[in-house]
Amino acid sequence: MSEALLAVRDLRVEFVTEGGPLRAVDGVSFDLSPGEVLAIVGESGSGKSVTAQTILGLTRSPNARIEGTASLRGEELLAASEAELRKVRGDRIAMVFQDPLTSLNPVRRVGDQIVEAIRAHRERIGRGEARGLTVEMLDSVGIPQPERRIDDYPHELSGGMRQRAMIAMALALDPEVLIADEPTTALDVTIQAQILDLLRRLNRERDLATVLISHDLGVVAEIADRVLVMYAGRVVEEGALDEIFYDPQHPYTWGLLGSLTRLDRERPERLPQIRGAPPSLLDLPAGCAFRPRCPHAFGRCTELPALETRGGETAGHRDRCWLTPGEKRESRAVGGRIALEEAR
Amino acid sequence: MSAERPSAQVEPLLQVSGLVKHFAVKRGLLIDREVDRVRAVDGVDLRVAPGETLGLVGESGCGKSTLCRTVLQLLKPTAGSVRFEGREIAGLSRREMRPLRPRMQMIFQDPYASLNPRKRVGQIVGDPLRIQRSASGAELRRRVRELLERVGLSSAHFDRFPHEFSGGQRQRIGIARALAPRPRLIVADEPVSALDVSIRAQIVNLLDDLQEEFGLTYVFVAHDIGIVRHVADRIAVMHEGRIVEEGPADRVCERPSHPYTRSLLAAVPIPDPRESRARRRAGAARS
Repeated sequence: MSEALLAVRDLRVEFVTEGGPLRAVDGVSFDLSPGEVLAIVGESGSGKSVTAQTILGLTRSPNARIEGTASLRGEELLAASEAELRKVRGDRIAMVFQDPLTSLNPVRRVGDQIVEAIRAHRERIGRGEARGLTVEMLDSVGIPQPERRIDDYPHELSGGMRQRAMIAMALALDPEVLIADEPTTALDVTIQAQILDLLRRLNRERDLATVLISHDLGVVAEIADRVLVMYAGRVVEEGALDEIFYDPQHPYTWGLLGSLTRLDRERPERLPQIRGAPPSLLDLPAGCAFRPRCPHAFGRCTELPALETRGGETAGHRDRCWLTPGEKRESRAVGGRIALEEAR
Repeated sequence: MSAERPSAQVEPLLQVSGLVKHFAVKRGLLIDREVDRVRAVDGVDLRVAPGETLGLVGESGCGKSTLCRTVLQLLKPTAGSVRFEGREIAGLSRREMRPLRPRMQMIFQDPYASLNPRKRVGQIVGDPLRIQRSASGAELRRRVRELLERVGLSSAHFDRFPHEFSGGQRQRIGIARALAPRPRLIVADEPVSALDVSIRAQIVNLLDDLQEEFGLTYVFVAHDIGIVRHVADRIAVMHEGRIVEEGPADRVCERPSHPYTRSLLAAVPIPDPRESRARRRAGAARS
C-alpha cells in the first residue's frame, strides 16, 4: 500500500550482548493510515516497545544492528541522519510514554517545557505566541484552568493531569503520528477512561494516526482499529480489532483472551492460564517460539510458519500457526469461550 | 476462594474497628510544628473470617496500602482496634508482636524490590524458619525444598540468586517465603499487578490452591477490580481513607450501592469490542 502514512517493512533489531546476539525484533511489518489506531500487543520482551523506539531512531547504538525500512510519507527514517530525525521526532511523529514523571523535567515549569518544544521546531513562532498555543493545547486535552496550570511544576499536577500535559506537549506541533507506549498503565481506571476518551477524540478530530503499545486487551478493545500480537520479537497474529477478538487464529492470542477477567460475566472456577513463561531472547526455541507453552503443538511446529492468511477470513488477518482452520476453531473453544486449554 | 462462605457468626480471624492512621505534615526551623494531617486511614471497620478472602479495592492514594501496614502493625495506628485471633494487637510493642509475626505474613507487589538480591533463594525462603528457630540444618533444607516445589519452582533453584528469575518466578519465591512460617493470614498487596498478563492467572490460581491446602485467610489488595472479584469472597471498596462499600464479591460488582463503586466499575475497560462500543453508545445517548 503506497498511500500508507507510515509503512514499516521487515524491521529487524538485534543487540550485541554479553550473552550473545539478542534479536529483539524479528521481521515486523505494518502500515498505518491517517486517523487509524494500530495496537501492538505483547508482554515484556515481545519487542513491542523496541519496534516503536526504533522507528524514532531511539535504539541506535554501536551495539544495535537495525535492518528493514520505516517510511513516513515515503521518507525513509531508519537510514535518516540524526539531524533529519530530530526534525521528524516531536514534529511529525510524537511519542507519549508510560510514566510522565520520567519524561517531564521535574525542575522546570510544565508550560516552559511545552513552549520550548514548540520553539525548537518552529523558529518563527515567538515566545508569546508559543505560550498562547500552549494554553490552547492544555485546554484541548482537558486540563482545567490552563492559564494557571501552565506555570505549575510537574509534581504539582496529579498523575492524570501530568499524562494530559505530556499528550499536550506531544500534540503541540500537530504531528501526523502519535506513538503511545502504555499511556494509561500507570493511571487509575477512572483517569484511564478519560485519557482513552481524549485519544479517541483526537483521532477523530485531527485525523491523528496512533500506534498504541499495550499489554492490556481491555484498553485495546476500547480504542484500536487494528491489532498486531507480538511474541518473542515476532508478530504471531495481526488483524482488524474484531477479527482478533472474535476469530483469533493463534494459540497465544487465545491464551491472552482467555486469561482476561470479565466483570460482565459469571466468574469461572479457575482463571484459564498459559503455562510456563516467555522464552529468553538469547535462547529461542527453533520454529514457533510459543511452541514450548502451547498445548496444541505438534511435529511441524519446529519449523517457523510464515505470517500469512491461514484461517482468517480477510487478507489482512494473518497468523503464524500450522494448525488447520478447522483445528483452530475446535481447539480455541473451551467451555463456551475462547481460551487456551490447559495442558493435562 | 473458599467453597462455602464462612458465616458471620464464626469468630473472625481479623477484626478491625475504627482504625485511624494519620500522618502529620510538619514544618518549622528548630521546632517542628504540625501544620496539616494526611488522613490516610480514617475510621475503618473490617471483619475477616478464617479461610475467607477479603478483596480490598481502591485507586492510588486511597489508603489501601497504609491500611494493610497498619493492620499488621508495621505502622503504629493513630487510633482504633485491631484484633487478631481474638486478641488486641493495636499498639503492641515490636517485642510483643514478635511471636505473632509468623502467623501474619505479607506478599508484596514488586517481586524485584522485595527480595534481597544478595541472598540465595534457599536462604530467603528459609530465613523466617531460622529466625523462628522452628527448623535448622537438614530439616530446614528439606522444608525449604518442599516449599519451593509447592509454589511451582524446583528444588534445584535453592542456590540461585533472585536476579536469575523472571518476575513470575520471583513472585513465587515471595509466596514461598510468606508460607514458610505457616501463617494463618496473608495480606497480599497488589501481588499480580507487576506481572505479565500470561503469568497473572498462574499466580492467582496458585494462591487459590494454597488457600485450600493450608486453610489460609487472605486480604487481597488490588486496584484491578476484575482480579479482585475473581479471588475474593467479599469486597471492600476504599476511597479517601474510608470503606465506602462492602459486601459479597458478586453483589458489589453486579449491584454496587455506592456512587463511587459505580463510577469505578463503569471505568473498567471491557475486553470485548462489541460490548465496549455498545457501552460507549449508551454513554453518549445518556449525556
